[in-house]
Amino acid sequence: MNRGPRRAPSAQERSARQSPGDNLRPQAVRLAPLPGILGRLNGPQTMGRGRAFWSGFALLLALAIVYPLFVDGWTVGNTAYFFTWTFMAMGLCLIWGYGGALSFGQTAFFGLSGYSYGVLAINLGSAYGLTFAALAIAVLASLLLAAVLGYFLFYGRISGVFLGIVTLSVTLVFETFMAQTAGPEWAIGAARLNGFNGMTGMPPLTLPWPGGDLALFPGIPLYYLLLATMVLCYLALRVLVNSRFGNVLVAIRENPQRAEMLGYDVRRYQLGTFVIGSGLAGLSGVFYTAWGQYITPSSMGLTAAALPIVWVAVGGRRDLTATLLGTLIVLSAFQSLTVYGSQYALVVMGLLLLFTVLLAPEGFIPAVVRAVTRLPWIDRAQSSRSQAERERRP
Amino acid sequence: MLQEIFAFLYQFGDAFAFLVLSAAGLAIIFGMMGIINLAHGEFIMCGAYVTVTTARLGLPLPLAILCGALAAGLAGILVERLIIHRLYHRPLDSIVATWGISLIVTQTVLILLGSTMPGIGTPLGSFSIGAFSYSEYRLVLMAVAVLLLIALYLLFNTTRFGLLSRATIQKPQMAQALGVKTSRVYSLTFGLGAALAGLAGGLYAPTMTLVPTMGVTFIVESFVTVVVGGADVFLGTAPAAAVLALIKAVMTGWQGQLFGQIGLLVTVIVVIRILPRGISGWFLKERT
Repeated sequence: MNRGPRRAPSAQERSARQSPGDNLRPQAVRLAPLPGILGRLNGPQTMGRGRAFWSGFALLLALAIVYPLFVDGWTVGNTAYFFTWTFMAMGLCLIWGYGGALSFGQTAFFGLSGYSYGVLAINLGSAYGLTFAALAIAVLASLLLAAVLGYFLFYGRISGVFLGIVTLSVTLVFETFMAQTAGPEWAIGAARLNGFNGMTGMPPLTLPWPGGDLALFPGIPLYYLLLATMVLCYLALRVLVNSRFGNVLVAIRENPQRAEMLGYDVRRYQLGTFVIGSGLAGLSGVFYTAWGQYITPSSMGLTAAALPIVWVAVGGRRDLTATLLGTLIVLSAFQSLTVYGSQYALVVMGLLLLFTVLLAPEGFIPAVVRAVTRLPWIDRAQSSRSQAERERRP
Repeated sequence: MLQEIFAFLYQFGDAFAFLVLSAAGLAIIFGMMGIINLAHGEFIMCGAYVTVTTARLGLPLPLAILCGALAAGLAGILVERLIIHRLYHRPLDSIVATWGISLIVTQTVLILLGSTMPGIGTPLGSFSIGAFSYSEYRLVLMAVAVLLLIALYLLFNTTRFGLLSRATIQKPQMAQALGVKTSRVYSLTFGLGAALAGLAGGLYAPTMTLVPTMGVTFIVESFVTVVVGGADVFLGTAPAAAVLALIKAVMTGWQGQLFGQIGLLVTVIVVIRILPRGISGWFLKERT
């Protein structure tokens, strides 16, 4: 592989780079005439557009908003627990589904941010909204680790296979490290790491509220906070993947050499994706820790690391909507199976992963959508992409 | 002074044997097929369980270890026939599939055999030099690691299977056109890799506790060795194991087991930045 110096692109080249996105945009605008950045909510890289899709989206969102009024407190808290995981899933969808880089180590960022939140929240306390500062710093820690690790991985131009096992090794070694921090010497400030038994006692996310701080224990306020964050992340990622960045990312997934020849710095785009996706995994870690005021090293182990892969692969890794819905469905199925014992549930997860790879490599949700509607969304996206390619030719 | 040198050499040899034995199976499958077998740890576990079971039934330990390797090899061929061979054109998906297998196997063993299994004691005795005492069995393991490398070299360079498999690796279509049954070569290679994993499990079974997740103990070390080594077993895995064993021995002697592992991890992250295709990629640069 060539690692020669690249010259800076000329102005002409830069305007040529803009063109693929602009070629695709008119179609999206025609279907959903939204101004500016919101126009990017629809586009060739996401399944679902037009009135029907967004009506369904609004209906689902409305259902999610009124949901806490109809169920008991435990179910609301439990649904909020499902929401905590979706960020890691969407991040992996971005890295793996859109970027084509298979990271097995998202749980390393999950754990790093989870532990960071715990340590910071215990030491800073929950007054003045400081738990949200702890959240921000904890996510920042993941972003930093991802940037450093990603620099070595992507700028070393290692192949997809090695990327997976190096990231997996990182998370396994991190797990081993945290598991041996049982002694009293392993404490940061007032926070004991507690080794294999995990860390407890950190305050939950706490909103400064007129008339007394509002501690977000698993319940209705936390449910709404997570729902809002999840929907925001989902929409923001939709904009991201339909923007120029997302188009280039998909071009890199489809053919890195071609993207490179067209003048894009493949390494920079992949690093950016990895950092964003890992930050989302970190956000999941913080929410998980704050939800249960508890985190253990086994949340980074081999089994824990496999679960995000299962959710994203089963739902449909190449589409954000499919990933999000798939994750929520698989999580609730997993939990109802856990009634019979978590070992059985994990066997089912393994089988599910195996069958997905063998029978529906694109994931079950795109397969179902295609079968039900007979409208080949994915193919249409691909044909609009190839149409854009044809138009680009002189 | 001499005692300390011996202690260091022993540490080094022990680490080298562990790295070679745990990585050989993974390296062969990766080198031949470009697939990283994430169920590697489960084949190791399979080898260990079969070894201990047969040894407790009264079979002498060396034979029991061979039984373990054979069982893992057969399991490997089965997995290849049933699943992997459908996925050759999708290498990343085949890795994900092996992870699914790993989940299924670990949890099934946990359900069927419980969270732990009675082991067998470490055979042979120990000897002491100066203030330290050493296990003789560990010396046997070092010898086995070296013998294994020699045997694999002979297998791939002097036998008909070796010739056909090297042909399949280099130009699969051409080999097929010349009448090599490449799918059978792939099956056998996968089986060989699994059998080597089983061998590692059998060899280390007497020295560790048998739990369904025991594969994880080996997996980081074997990944790291294969990434640093690259695609070739002899030009890659063996020198990589030597270099990494040195780092591991130094780090372990300095700060303990865990820091040995962390040292390995940092090494691999730095190495892929400099040598993205591993040591063997660097050796073979002019050939490609």
